Amino acid sequence: MRVELTEVHWLEGHRDLTLAELAQLSGFSEDELRELEACGAIAPLDPSDAPPKFGARCLVAARTAYRLRNDFELDTQGLAVALALLERIDALEAEIGELRAQLPQRIR
Amino acid sequence: MKYKDYYAILGVQKSATADEIKAAYRKLARRYHPDVSKEKDAEAKFKDVAEAYQTLKDPEKRAAYDELGTYQAGQDFRPPPEWQQHFGDTHFSFDDVDLSDLFEAFGGGRARAGRRGERVPLRGQDYEVIAHITLDQAYRGAEVDLDLTVPEYDERGFVHRVRRSFKARIAKGATDGQRLRIPGKGGKGLNGGPDGDLYLDIALEPHPLFRLTGHDLYIDLPLAPWEAVLGTTVELPTPGGVVSLKVPAGTHAGQHLRLGKRGLPKPKGGEGDLYAIVQIVVPTVVGGEEHVLYRQLAERSTFNPRAHYAQELSNASRTH
Repeated sequence: MRVELTEVHWLEGHRDLTLAELAQLSGFSEDELRELEACGAIAPLDPSDAPPKFGARCLVAARTAYRLRNDFELDTQGLAVALALLERIDALEAEIGELRAQLPQRIR
Repeated sequence: MKYKDYYAILGVQKSATADEIKAAYRKLARRYHPDVSKEKDAEAKFKDVAEAYQTLKDPEKRAAYDELGTYQAGQDFRPPPEWQQHFGDTHFSFDDVDLSDLFEAFGGGRARAGRRGERVPLRGQDYEVIAHITLDQAYRGAEVDLDLTVPEYDERGFVHRVRRSFKARIAKGATDGQRLRIPGKGGKGLNGGPDGDLYLDIALEPHPLFRLTGHDLYIDLPLAPWEAVLGTTVELPTPGGVVSLKVPAGTHAGQHLRLGKRGLPKPKGGEGDLYAIVQIVVPTVVGGEEHVLYRQLAERSTFNPRAHYAQELSNASRTH
């Protein structure tokens, strides 16, 4: 079987995305992304930029939102709430992970 | 082809109504969806649940599934020969498709290719896989072998299972939970559409000595009581090799000794830090001369580790 050697890209290091690129990579249409933006679920890097540019974090959020919409039939408001809660869970888990890393192993 | 019992997967009777099927799917999706669940094997379970729902929610597909007959879950079976008509080809082989692919062909395959012969460009599917790497691989960079069995569409829009192997070169600086993107390595585009992307979720394997947070590392540094009191120099393992660490006299348990830039490298340059967390450990058994020396120390030392209790102790009444 042919084995391809391939380089990977850091999502964080990827160049900023236009709305059209974000749409192509996430599966949403541009109108749906504008709706998500209006709900605060995704945000451009600099609101004063025209046309708007989005960071890699937005791509992760938009891809998650796309899966949640398809699998749970959520509307845009529901998606915005789910994404906000998932973001809070990620932040709390990161904080717990950091505190756990500092606990000496024997008393854990 | 392996048979899957879609009714059993959703936990419903074969006579279940569409509403009962939908309710069962929603309940299981909430439990196993990989974006919201931390349960073991949640992703695989969700895939089965979603596959079952995709077929049973569609009356045409459900009727066709029921027509297949009943087998044991996991039992090998072949669809009846007349099913080849769904693939528009009487010589179609069922060897490289699975049960979900069969039902996708009930319109889905043709829809992808475009109805009435339209050639609509469609972007290939994105794939997401977990890449397990060691701390050493994260520190030095790694080549990770990825073997995927993925659905791919032929020129007529029908799906087949194909094995694809990649060797992905992950630059140093990856850390737990990070996502990487390999552009163009997802599913093939159709009718001139671009190929999809492959996403890698990095999962770092636990290390027996180092604990990780972001690009910083933590290691326990056990010291004997006299080493903590008098100070010492210890040889400390780090991902980049052994270093000599000077422990100052009077070091306390729980103190973090920071070794700058000895953590994991960061993708955009720079390194995390390594923290040695001091633990004072004592021998569980002491005997002979060592015991005598501890006795002498106890008698002569003026150190009171509980001096800060004094005020409370003098105010409090003694209880038994």
